[in-house]
Amino acid sequence: MSNAGYVRIAAILAAITALEVATYYVDLGALFLPSLLIMMAVKFYIVVSFFMHLRYESKMFSWVFYTGLFLAIVVYGIFLATFHFFS
Amino acid sequence: MAIIERSITSTEVFSVATPSSSLGALKRPVATTGWKSWLFTVDHKKLGIMYSAAALFFFIVGGLEAVLIRLQLAAPNGKILNADLYNQMFTMHATTMVFLFVMPMAAGLANYFIPLQIGARDVAFPRINAFSFWAFLFGGLFLNLSWFLGGAADGGWFMYAPNSGPVFSPSHGIDFWVLGLQITGIASLAGAVNLITTVLNMRAPGMKLMRMPIFTWMQLVVQFLLLFAVPVITVALFLLSFQRNFGATFFDVSAGADPLLWQHLFWIFGHPEVYILILPSFGVISEVLPVFSRKPLFGYPFVVFSGAAIGFVGWGVWAHHMFASGLGPVSVAVFSISTMAIAVPTGVKIVNWTMTLWGGKLEFTAAMKFAVGLIVLFTIGGLSGVTHSVAPSDTQQTDTYYIVAHFHYVLFGGAVFGLFSGFYYWWPKVFGKLLNEKLGTWNFWLMVIGMNMTFGPMHILGLQGQPRRMYQWTEARAGEGLFNFGFWNMFASIGSIVLSIGILLFLINIVITARNGKVAPLDPWDARSLEWMTSNPPKEHNFDSIPTISHLDEFFHRKYQEDASGQMVKVKTAEQVMKELEDNADAHIHMPSPSYWPIFLAAGLPVISFGVIYSIPIAIIGGVIVLFGCYGWSIEPSTAPDDDFDPPATTKDVVHVG
Amino acid sequence: MTTDSHTETDGAAHTSTGLSNNKLGMWLFLGSECLLFGGLISTYMLYRGRVGEGPRPSQVFDIPFTSVSSFVLLMSSLTMVLAVSAAHKGDDRNTYLWTTVTAILGATFVGGQVYEFTAFYNEGMGFTTSLFSSSFYVLTGFHGVHVTVGVIMLMSIVGIMKRSKVPGSKSETVEMIGLYWHFVDVVWIIIFTLIYLIPA
Ligand code: HEM
Ligand SMILES: [Cu+2]
Repeated sequence: MSNAGYVRIAAILAAITALEVATYYVDLGALFLPSLLIMMAVKFYIVVSFFMHLRYESKMFSWVFYTGLFLAIVVYGIFLATFHFFS
Repeated sequence: MAIIERSITSTEVFSVATPSSSLGALKRPVATTGWKSWLFTVDHKKLGIMYSAAALFFFIVGGLEAVLIRLQLAAPNGKILNADLYNQMFTMHATTMVFLFVMPMAAGLANYFIPLQIGARDVAFPRINAFSFWAFLFGGLFLNLSWFLGGAADGGWFMYAPNSGPVFSPSHGIDFWVLGLQITGIASLAGAVNLITTVLNMRAPGMKLMRMPIFTWMQLVVQFLLLFAVPVITVALFLLSFQRNFGATFFDVSAGADPLLWQHLFWIFGHPEVYILILPSFGVISEVLPVFSRKPLFGYPFVVFSGAAIGFVGWGVWAHHMFASGLGPVSVAVFSISTMAIAVPTGVKIVNWTMTLWGGKLEFTAAMKFAVGLIVLFTIGGLSGVTHSVAPSDTQQTDTYYIVAHFHYVLFGGAVFGLFSGFYYWWPKVFGKLLNEKLGTWNFWLMVIGMNMTFGPMHILGLQGQPRRMYQWTEARAGEGLFNFGFWNMFASIGSIVLSIGILLFLINIVITARNGKVAPLDPWDARSLEWMTSNPPKEHNFDSIPTISHLDEFFHRKYQEDASGQMVKVKTAEQVMKELEDNADAHIHMPSPSYWPIFLAAGLPVISFGVIYSIPIAIIGGVIVLFGCYGWSIEPSTAPDDDFDPPATTKDVVHVG
Repeated sequence: MTTDSHTETDGAAHTSTGLSNNKLGMWLFLGSECLLFGGLISTYMLYRGRVGEGPRPSQVFDIPFTSVSSFVLLMSSLTMVLAVSAAHKGDDRNTYLWTTVTAILGATFVGGQVYEFTAFYNEGMGFTTSLFSSSFYVLTGFHGVHVTVGVIMLMSIVGIMKRSKVPGSKSETVEMIGLYWHFVDVVWIIIFTLIYLIPA
């Protein structure tokens, strides 16, 4: 990817961050939580895919990394659920 | 460039770096003999031997602790240990056996045999490999230092709150425990990254994943488990450190904390950990059984996939250790069911091994005896495991000797028997001599009898209600008749002596074999996998030329071919197969060069830990050692540049090894 | 047969998958780090409401300030990727430049964190004040240590490169540090949302 491309991606990331911070000041009601989580996930995905080049690299790298991420989400999710965190 | 005169190795293909222009702060160590060649080595075989030797040492330590426990409980009102010492004894026994014996012993075998089994000349990161070993050793010694500095850890190997807090354990024992395990954790994590990369990246041409020997496969699963499970215990240990050393209250109920936090973190790590302990042994016997049955392993893909399935499902069952902690009915039901499910892939393996034996030309060498012993004893432990998976039944069993019986059948009857099978099988490979088979037979039978005498009665004791971790029992509570505590406790203690004698025979066997053991032929067992396709012990560079693999059980297929009637007949001897590799030998092989930095870097870790316990300035000194080590490490090339070699090699035909 | 596999120094040359050992090792390590930070975040989640006598999260968090420092860290990912891209082109000047800028941005972030911690402390939120405060400091402190290690690596690599002492491939070394750096940034993306923006 060209340097200009990287700058464009950084601009997108900055824009999402601005939106995230904006949710803090604007009342979104029921949309608040999902919108923040989605924006977080999108930023995560963009950095990992483009800045870390994971999209362009061998599938093997994606496998090992996303396996760790998946285990972390599922295992700690269940862990928090046993504490009734989500209810 | 200083060129040092040395004798050239027999095959004349292997050269050593000179100490001249290493870019590190110190000149490279180059000794190939003597203690320096061990201290600074990055050779996976030397490291494998050191791992195993250190593990064996800790096995003896942990074994002595166990005997003391059994002597204390042999009769009512035991007087050998007081309550405090008893707590330290069982805590350190378990910690030592799990973290300092079974894990590093398996790591030793992995180090030694994975590169050989996949046709590599070393691991992917040889210096990290050396670092892992030294970190494990220093961590283990650090942990045991607590015995001499005010008492060892005493909260049980799972170190639940509130026992882990300063109120119930004011000595520094648990601090040593936490930091020692933190160091061995770093060792395991570095080892996992290294070995996974090795298995994925360093395979010989043609060595597809589904052609890899099962031992390598099971180790791959284990290393993935370590990779993802170690950080979980790291978190738990850090939290505990902050509580004990810096005043946090993470597990302090009186400060509003939830004690289940620790239990969850510990067992999220802990259950994968039990598979970390058993899968290497499953791997070993999956190598041994086919060799001594003269048949290929039955259902190789099933064994591979069930191993991977165990590794995966093993992440979803941890709370079965917490059935009695008030998790709530939904959690209990879910974890109960997942635990029952995990018995399935385990059962698949047992079927595969049995079918491998079925119709084979069985040859009961010591290695084979231990392998079959594993199948039988592990099955007993697996069955009691299934009884714990039923939560209502487990609430009766938990914290009784019934649990102690279960995990000793799976760990001793399973993990340890598998390791012993590996010792007898691979000894000639590593040391060039065969362990004495006759002593091996005695060794085996005394261990089988001793282990069943010791742990069998614990099922009865547990169901009778004898609690775990009880430092004395009294006549008044012993009961009567066949299920009398007194009789079975004494029986178990006698069993532990029988078991110890069995293990002692193994140690004697080592000495006898070293003195005047039979020199092993090239291929003593008519084996099937690649590690046997090189000399005994293997050359420093493992293979003169890297073999190209076209089969599962490559070595077997080079020796045997199908005749007209479809029978496998021997067409080549092992010597002939070896000769073919030698004839194509690579001209110059540059092995990774020894380095000071791994041991240096690892030595900083216990210094830091010591400082955390006693005084922060010491920790800072440790930090400086680590930082300095990192710099030295990162500017030193792992393999010396070509012109640093003697003879200096500038030709294109130099082969570099990781 | 000649296999030239300078493992540990230069990457992808002749491994069985064709992938660089170093990169594979790094991705494995990062996969493992997910479970480390996951554990710390979950602990925080469990304890964020347990403030005892101390301040509640919403009473101490200074969202505008943290937004700015988050933005600084995010932009350091851009400069990092520019450094890596320059290194791949063999453009030493820009490699040094962007690596140095990344280190400065990282140091700014750490400085911000130190400032933030001091401010919290002055508002009565010490490390041992409550379960919330302990778990907050452990989580963000761990992240801060990761950033600091990254800054040290970035500064060191500039020094080592200038003396041309990098064993093996220069660009891969920079790329490796880059992977680590971006990961640390990604963790902050999560922390910023889950810890700061979503109220307890
Ligand atoms: C068939 C598969 C297995 C099942 C269903 C199973 C089930 C269980 C359950 C439910 C417990 C908790 C009992 C309690 O504390 O109340 C337990 C404890 C334990 N299991 Fe297993 N298990 C199995 C295999 C293994 C294996 C392969 C190992 C290790 C090699 C192992 C090692 C342990 C240990 C060490 C404990 C005790 C932990 C402690 O309290 O200190 N288990 N098992
Ligand atoms: Cu378990």
